[in-house]
Amino acid sequence: MRLRAEEISFKYNNNDKYILEDIDFSIESGEVVGLLAPSGYGKTTLAKILAGYEKPTSGQVVLEGCESRNNGYAPVQLIFQHPEKAVNPKWKMRKILSEAGMPPQELIDAMGIKESWMDRWPTELSGGELQRFCCIRVLSEQTKFIIADEMTTMLDAITQAQIWNVVLTYAKKHNIGVVVISHDACLINKVCDRVVSLTGDKRDVISPHIETNQISASC
Amino acid sequence: MMEQVERIQVPQGPLFKFGVREKAIIAIGLFATVFIVILIAGSLIPEDSLDVDLYNIFASPSLAHPFGTDWVGTDMLLRTITGLYLSMKIGIFCAVTSAIIAVLLGIAGPIFGGKIDYVISWLVDLVLSVPHTLVIILVSIACGGGLTGIVIGVTVTHWTSLTRVIRAEVMQVKEMEYTKISRKFGKSKLFIAREHVFPHVIPQLVVGTVLIFPHAILHEASITFLGFGLPPHEPAIGVILSESMKYLTSGKWWLAFFPGASLVLVSMMVENIGRNIEKIINQKTAYM
Repeated sequence: MRLRAEEISFKYNNNDKYILEDIDFSIESGEVVGLLAPSGYGKTTLAKILAGYEKPTSGQVVLEGCESRNNGYAPVQLIFQHPEKAVNPKWKMRKILSEAGMPPQELIDAMGIKESWMDRWPTELSGGELQRFCCIRVLSEQTKFIIADEMTTMLDAITQAQIWNVVLTYAKKHNIGVVVISHDACLINKVCDRVVSLTGDKRDVISPHIETNQISASC
Repeated sequence: MMEQVERIQVPQGPLFKFGVREKAIIAIGLFATVFIVILIAGSLIPEDSLDVDLYNIFASPSLAHPFGTDWVGTDMLLRTITGLYLSMKIGIFCAVTSAIIAVLLGIAGPIFGGKIDYVISWLVDLVLSVPHTLVIILVSIACGGGLTGIVIGVTVTHWTSLTRVIRAEVMQVKEMEYTKISRKFGKSKLFIAREHVFPHVIPQLVVGTVLIFPHAILHEASITFLGFGLPPHEPAIGVILSESMKYLTSGKWWLAFFPGASLVLVSMMVENIGRNIEKIINQKTAYM
């Protein structure tokens, strides 16, 4: 299965300049691809387009080998940067966790989610604890691609490692493709099979072979 | 260097602070108690206590008859409480039905969007742009007058402002990430409206419903006073007031004064309850 973006262009209003212009991007099942760009280069916008949260101004996102469904569980799931915005503050954690079906207990344990958190409100948990819930929610049999938009940017190194470990293990096991969006070149270098950059002279070409050596050197 | 560091004095407040929150809770408790007492007292007064007593007509306020008596010698205190009881029943009923309409339309508009939202907004503007009293009179007459006419008339005119408030809140929640994520989990619009949006609307809904009540009973009384509402044999405040008009010029001031003042006091009381609930719920004023 392959998630492909074909000549995506995007701008918020008709008169604005393009945020993304003629972007081509593709990812195979089971692949972990890093998406690297400085702030304001449209990483999050591309993530939202890939996950279907925004419609591109032109171009299209195709999921090859999968029937397109408008309703029902979306095969492409986005994990947001700010977990406190991604959970309903009026829900208890157990309900949040089981919104898309209760994950198996061993996954909950692996993610380090404690039973005592379940009966709390979201405001009573820290960002790292909340992000574990947001990540585990999309780890489902029906998920084919995960787009992790700055998923662990605001977390400490230990929590980052734990969450990535669980997500990547699950992705490998169920042949899920993961797009890793981050500023953190070290992280991308560590977890990704392939790195794509949104930068470049024209800003609209994604070269699949970014200067990987440069990243390695800086780590 | 270390010696120069001054200890920061943490201001020690009193253990129990009597602030806005405490005042609000006390006010709500007090007024709610008065409200319930009137309701219970009104329901306990038997029909035959409003008897004709021709030896005692037009008695001015005294210990035996604190609110005086009317042109057939009925005790005005009993008449006033029965009247308030009826008004409050109508008020509660109208407030609840208006709130139900407001919730349904206020949530349905933004959730379904497009034409439905447009029609609902247009309907709100339409009803808001016509003076309430006029619409209530027309609807009341069209529905055959009486209790049904009043209730329908007041309900169809009082759902609008609450609908606007709820619609604004729903539009905000609809744009939150967790609602969009829920869509991607394949949840239906109905599920999102019920589980994600509705809990956010409850504070506005409670305050709005309480604040509709005083409007509803004042409108009911004024329409009845004008003769388009409840029939003359009902013990309503509006009926008492229009009746007392005939005797005002001959100096029977208590006939209008006490029932009118009680009605205004009850509406002010409920308005106060609503404002105080708002203060407690609103995060800006809750912990002052």
